[in-house]
Amino acid sequence: MSASRTGRTPGRGGAAGGGPRGPVPSSRERILGRVRAALADVPSDEPAVRAPGRGFADSHAAGPTLDVFEDRLRDYKAQVRRVPADRVAAEVAAALDRRGAQRVVAPPGVPDAWFDGAAAERLPDSREEPLSVGDLNGVDGVVTGCSVAIAETGTIVLDGSPDQGRRAITLVPDYHLCVVRAEQVVDGVPQAVRLLDPARPLTWISGPSATSDIELNRVEGVHGPRTLEVLLVEAAP
Amino acid sequence: MSATFLGIPPFPEAARAAVDDSRTRHNLRRATHTIRDKRASVVGELNDDWQLLRAEGAAVKEHTLRHLDRYLEQLEESVTRAGGRVHWAADAEEANAIVTRLVKATGETDVVKVKSMATQEIELNNALAEAGITAYETDLAELIVQLGDDLPSHILVPAIHLGRAQIREIFLDQMAEWGTPAPPGLTDDPRALAEAARLHLRERFLRTRTAISGANFAVADSGTLVVLESEGNGRMCLTLPQTLISVVGIEKIVPTWSDLEVFMQLLPRSSTGERMNPYTSTWTGVTPGDGPQEFHLVLLDNGRTDVLADTVGRQALRCIRCSACLNTCPVYERTGGHAYGSVYPGPIGAILTPQLRGMSSAVDEALPYASSLCGACYEVCPVAIDIPEVLVHLREEVSAGRGHLGEKALMAGAEAVFSSSRALGAAQRAAGLGRNLVPGHLPGTAGEWTDTRDVPDVPAESFRSWWNKRGKGQR
Repeated sequence: MSASRTGRTPGRGGAAGGGPRGPVPSSRERILGRVRAALADVPSDEPAVRAPGRGFADSHAAGPTLDVFEDRLRDYKAQVRRVPADRVAAEVAAALDRRGAQRVVAPPGVPDAWFDGAAAERLPDSREEPLSVGDLNGVDGVVTGCSVAIAETGTIVLDGSPDQGRRAITLVPDYHLCVVRAEQVVDGVPQAVRLLDPARPLTWISGPSATSDIELNRVEGVHGPRTLEVLLVEAAP
Repeated sequence: MSATFLGIPPFPEAARAAVDDSRTRHNLRRATHTIRDKRASVVGELNDDWQLLRAEGAAVKEHTLRHLDRYLEQLEESVTRAGGRVHWAADAEEANAIVTRLVKATGETDVVKVKSMATQEIELNNALAEAGITAYETDLAELIVQLGDDLPSHILVPAIHLGRAQIREIFLDQMAEWGTPAPPGLTDDPRALAEAARLHLRERFLRTRTAISGANFAVADSGTLVVLESEGNGRMCLTLPQTLISVVGIEKIVPTWSDLEVFMQLLPRSSTGERMNPYTSTWTGVTPGDGPQEFHLVLLDNGRTDVLADTVGRQALRCIRCSACLNTCPVYERTGGHAYGSVYPGPIGAILTPQLRGMSSAVDEALPYASSLCGACYEVCPVAIDIPEVLVHLREEVSAGRGHLGEKALMAGAEAVFSSSRALGAAQRAAGLGRNLVPGHLPGTAGEWTDTRDVPDVPAESFRSWWNKRGKGQR
């Protein structure tokens, strides 16, 4: 056992920046100084940039992408309907109708065409003219698009684009109807990470709100929307 | 939370009381076995790639730690550029003072919290309470622990030691004192309990203007913070308030956004045994018109640089707090988390806590021994922390110090005997002759070992002696 030979390195907790007669070092200087002292064993010429090793596959899904996506969404208790492109408005109207939703929020980038035929009132919301949280708490649901979706994990990612809106609008209402275009669905997590822009605020959603905190069994429906419905839009036949 | 781990006796004593509690053992056994099976199933879906992901996760974290000064500076720059403010806290006291000052500056006396191990570690809620600020825990399990004035016993599910009936009682007894009361006629159906938590916290989420969180990852190149959660309480806290303060250990850094390709696969599957947790939020500084308009990142050392200085123990800082090691550990399953006397229980706690606290107490010195060294924790660790190796290393530190002198003497004697063929032969012959005199229970220090075991039978003849006698022609 080599542990005793490779134990604490010298200089542990050693002097930080500032110097003996200098001003009292800031915590920033002290912490960075302690980190550097702790890393005395790291060769100074060791490259500080590492080439990532990505020997693993981009996805592990068995089957056609959209089938896997649908299966995984259902597995985590989301509702899914596969719809042809020319039926989106009819399906949005039908979904809101089934839900009994009368007042729904939609961010500005959601096409008016999606609401053709919907009986529900569309409430606008934007970064410039946001609804209050109280208003959001009183609406019957929210309709958005998405940025990317991941088949293998049944995940939808929102990035705050105009058809997805502020983060609050997909959080406070109890019902989220999300329209996902087939070409937005990738097979695995790595592909999604590559497509996403970290500068935007992202929300990854995998099924409705849930908890495993009681006896480690998953129960759906806590603080986020308790119903997630996905319309998966494929090219019209 | 006013409860504290202060004063809890060292592991062997605390564990004895815990294993006598049959209700807790039942709760723990049920919960840990449920999650073990779920994890095994979703890890299995990734086939051979799991080991590749695990190796890459370990390598990314190890590389980051070896160049941590560089990545800390890069993270600070990225967060600042995106409109966040970065604060550095050398220890718990400083972190608590910074957060208290920031909350006071908002003028608020109530804050909502996302579950965070770092803020548990520094006992932030107590510090805020002393300053007249009430911190409301919003994660369901944390809420249960807070309402019950209890202590967390698990990294992911702090109320894992409680069953549904106990949770129902706590809700009925305590919710009214903290805000919206539990609905009358509340049952112990987990759905009803989750609904009660939703009702209890709803108003608070909508009106509280300051939130405190931790983070699962802090991405150096983009300045992005990442929080994985399930319930939506995290989203509420990260989205609705005006001010967000995140307390993050300095070891939470990953170098690049693309590293999330690895960790967003490793963490959910290891943690809750899901392909993906219901919600993950990422944010980079502030976004005008969307979410908190003031963001503070508090970078916490609090002993981490001491762990970093130990070239064997350093690997404990790779930990992504998934809790797979707790769920699989035969010791944790029987004792539960409280016996470890630390917010970090289980195998990872047994190596992390004594290092963070500097092996400064009898509790810390006992922790490296809270293991049978079976290695199950290492097998499931998504960043391949060799927990048994660190446990043995820390035991060496303990035995080199003041504690466990009996074991040290026994091992020194054993070394003398085993290092000499002649001495070993003599000892074995003597043992063979005296074999009928060995008692079933040993005296002194060794007696603790035989409290739960029988002394093995001493054979009439040693293997070495038998081998030597077996005619040379047969070899």
